[in-house]
Amino acid sequence: MDKRVALVPGEQTFQARIDAEEKIEPKDWMPEKYRQNLIRQISQHAHSEVIGEQPEGNWITRAPSLERKAILMAKVQDEAGHGLYLYAATETLGITREELIDRLHTGASKYASIFNYPSLTWADIGAIGWLVDSAAIVNQVSLQNTSYGPYARAMVRICKEESFHQRQGYNIMMTLMNGSQVQRDMAQDALDRWWWPSLMMFGPHDGESAHSAQSMKWKIKRRSNDDLRQQFVDQAVQQAEAIGLVVPDPDLQWDDARGHYDFGAIDWEEFERVISGNGPCNRQRLAHHKRAHREGAWVREAMAVHEAKQRLSNEDVA
Amino acid sequence: MADQMQLYEVFIRSRRGLDHKHVGSLHADDAIQALEYARDVYTRRGEGVSIWVVASRDITASQESDCESFYDPLDDKPYRHAAMYALPEGVDSL
Repeated sequence: MDKRVALVPGEQTFQARIDAEEKIEPKDWMPEKYRQNLIRQISQHAHSEVIGEQPEGNWITRAPSLERKAILMAKVQDEAGHGLYLYAATETLGITREELIDRLHTGASKYASIFNYPSLTWADIGAIGWLVDSAAIVNQVSLQNTSYGPYARAMVRICKEESFHQRQGYNIMMTLMNGSQVQRDMAQDALDRWWWPSLMMFGPHDGESAHSAQSMKWKIKRRSNDDLRQQFVDQAVQQAEAIGLVVPDPDLQWDDARGHYDFGAIDWEEFERVISGNGPCNRQRLAHHKRAHREGAWVREAMAVHEAKQRLSNEDVA
Repeated sequence: MADQMQLYEVFIRSRRGLDHKHVGSLHADDAIQALEYARDVYTRRGEGVSIWVVASRDITASQESDCESFYDPLDDKPYRHAAMYALPEGVDSL
């Protein structure tokens, strides 16, 4: 046997499918690293949807009108649903919900670092919907073509629901910018605080990204971090200007030759600090999730007991 | 009759990457047989790359006649749709 060819059975079929732009489905053979890489990425995505409910939930009781309150509740409800689609997609890879939640609680699994920033004013709800959801959509649209079938299908479903999210956020900003000076200042302040963390959402520069190369080869990721970030900047700058907001970046300028905006350097030290647990709200976010999970334990137990009881009584009838 | 064959619902994935879609039902003695029957009945012309069979009695279904009460009040929330939010002039990528 030729020792140089160390192909695992199935590996050739797997890579051929990837190369042919075909999807990988749950029962197909896949390299263990592909499976683990997907579990890491999809569960991180799921956790982000769920943890992201916290900064927004913070303002439900203080929304400025009944309509805004209903809209915000509908949005947070969507985020919970998105978390569910993504957890379900992760579970097709042979891991349980309990393990996934446990990894979140121990810190083994991460979530989008941007949710470690606080939502201080009502304008932050506008900035989150507009910037954070826009950044997420830029990424998620590209992930509709990811190589793993259940993830791709979840992305299609999620993208359909997301456009309401960014529009309601932008609408909040627009309304504030049409308001009093105090309201305009509040909107500008929110943009000042959320702009750079939004740019960080796309992750490290392409050369520095730990998982990028392999993920691109396996077509889990379809476009590079820098490529996606540039698209976001180009869109968001135009949207900010349209309603009179100023993007807080003195180096920002249109580059005619590239056909894109040039923008200033991202503070990667801040990125590292927040992602490694020392952002403004990291401990609070995790502690809240743990508490909610603990306080929901009796509901899960009651449901399990009820189900067992129903099953017994059905067996009696049969 | 105690040994009557069971009804199975058949779902076919026409191409990798797409959802399985319901195509019909058939009778079989067990799931494996149902799978083989489904292959013979529903995929004679290359209609699919993957088949699911599910015993019909295992499906719990909502009733269309209950629509009004079952879905209420999901239908009175126009703010769940992006179209409700007007955009200013010159903004088109939202």
